[in-house]
Amino acid sequence: MSSRSATKGPGTVRSLSERVLPPIFLGSGFIGIWYLISYGILEPRRRFLLRPPHEVLQVGFLDWDNFSPILRALWSSTKVAMIGLGIAICIGFVLATLMSQAKIVERAIFPFAVTLQAIPILAIVPLISFWFGTGQTSRVVVCVIISLFPIIMNTLFGLQSADRGLHDLFTLHHAGRMTRMRKLMFPSALPAVFAGLRISAGLSVIGAIVGDFFFGKGDAGIGQLLRKHASQLAGEELLAAVLMSSALGVTVFLFFGWIQERAIGRWYETTTGVD
Amino acid sequence: MQPDQKTSVTGSLAFEETGMVFPDGTEALQNISFTVDKGEFVTVVGPSGCGKSTLLKIASGLLEPSSGSVRADRDQLGYVFQDATLLDWRTVQDNVELLAELHGVGAQERKQIAAEAIDLVGLSGFESHYPKALSGGMKMRASLARSLTLKPPVFLFDEPFSAVDEITREHLNDETQRLFQTEEFAGLFITHSISEAVFLSTRVLVMSARPGRIVAEFDISFDYPRLPELRFDPSFAELCGQVSLKLRGSHS
Ligand SMILES: Nc1ncnc2c1ncn2[C@@H]1O[C@H](COP(=O)(O)OP(=O)(O)OP(=O)(O)O)[C@@H](O)[C@H]1O
Ligand SMILES: [Mg+2]
Repeated sequence: MSSRSATKGPGTVRSLSERVLPPIFLGSGFIGIWYLISYGILEPRRRFLLRPPHEVLQVGFLDWDNFSPILRALWSSTKVAMIGLGIAICIGFVLATLMSQAKIVERAIFPFAVTLQAIPILAIVPLISFWFGTGQTSRVVVCVIISLFPIIMNTLFGLQSADRGLHDLFTLHHAGRMTRMRKLMFPSALPAVFAGLRISAGLSVIGAIVGDFFFGKGDAGIGQLLRKHASQLAGEELLAAVLMSSALGVTVFLFFGWIQERAIGRWYETTTGVD
Repeated sequence: MQPDQKTSVTGSLAFEETGMVFPDGTEALQNISFTVDKGEFVTVVGPSGCGKSTLLKIASGLLEPSSGSVRADRDQLGYVFQDATLLDWRTVQDNVELLAELHGVGAQERKQIAAEAIDLVGLSGFESHYPKALSGGMKMRASLARSLTLKPPVFLFDEPFSAVDEITREHLNDETQRLFQTEEFAGLFITHSISEAVFLSTRVLVMSARPGRIVAEFDISFDYPRLPELRFDPSFAELCGQVSLKLRGSHS
């Protein structure tokens, strides 16, 4: 059994500043470079290529007429991402659980899981629209395809990571398959499951945006908005939309980190940096 | 514990010409015969890789011997592994309750049994701690307490204290010895420490290098309870010397 060292103390002021300051410095530097490019490198004629930060803020964020469509599109994409992720979690858990029960099932499913992962979404866009139309359903399907693999692999790895000695202990005391599953394998799997969830949560957001790019029918998401702004050369709105979609990705990532901390933080030493 | 006719005659644990050859051809054990009765504490010492862990696995039923046979009262077996093998997601209390839980003991009774066992190994006050907040020695105690909850008639120990420092080990030895007196199980103990072997046991068996055979047997007749000071007794030191000599011989 591995012994994880308890080095991280409770969040002191110092550790907080150590955590918060570096990204702030890096962020400031980033904004500085942004200004430099907007004003120093680009001639005024070509400045639409990269609007300076304060203009993006003014036009893209503070002008409600521009910002509210972004929020609406973001919400639509969030729904798609979460539905897709939810479905991927259900399918992934069931498949991983089956695979953990018998080597033969694992061998049967594994190549298909890898193949699914390797498919370039672009290549099956026509198929998806053929089967599922060009609306919400297809966007969700893209999400599921993109976020399924990490869930299967991490859950399977987690289920198989239960300590050998603990398995022996359960065998010695005549534990049945279900008991072993419930009291040993599932709890052992949780840290890996959460690692997979966080990866997949981020991927599901990407999936929602990519899906939206290709399938625009119905409630337009952030992908459609990006497309529209890009075609209109609306640089400020475009950048605002880009920033908001990465904010969505970050939020989802942090959210699952938070859930993880709540669920297993008491007994598991996390090294996520956001706990 | 009242005397149990069923086991007292034949031994709670008996190896009869037990041999073990692994599928890959490794011969780990050869012709092992001995019994451990209730109220006996038998310790096996031997060179690394001679088949000691294999012996315990066969005793527990985790492995089938390839020749000979083994009889053991395995209903409520106590088996302390070399690692603590605690469930990380359970507190000390819940970890200690695990075996009773697997055997279908009710929550109320379980709780009480666990509390007693925790008290016996000196972990009171740490019931709500998770394993990550315990030292190696404390984890071993929790593991020991877990095995105690079933009042096992047969108790197997596979180098349980090899990961703790000398002083802690002596403490745990004192505790193990006290438990042996109060619980009167049939104990089979593996260790690399000769003084641990002599201190705890009624009998010490020396095994040869692989394939493991029993090459020497020592009866240890010090009275129980054995006090920690026994370790400084000249006769204790002499016995340790004799075992050590045999063990050296068995290495070649
Ligand atoms: N499953 C297995 N398959 C093949 N060989 C094995 C297997 N398990 C153990 N062995 C071999 O059997 C021999 C005895 O192993 P065992 O673990 O019983 O030794 P040990 O006496 O407990 O050693 P140590 O004191 O180092 O713990 C070793 O040579 C080992 O390599
Ligand atoms: Mg061993």
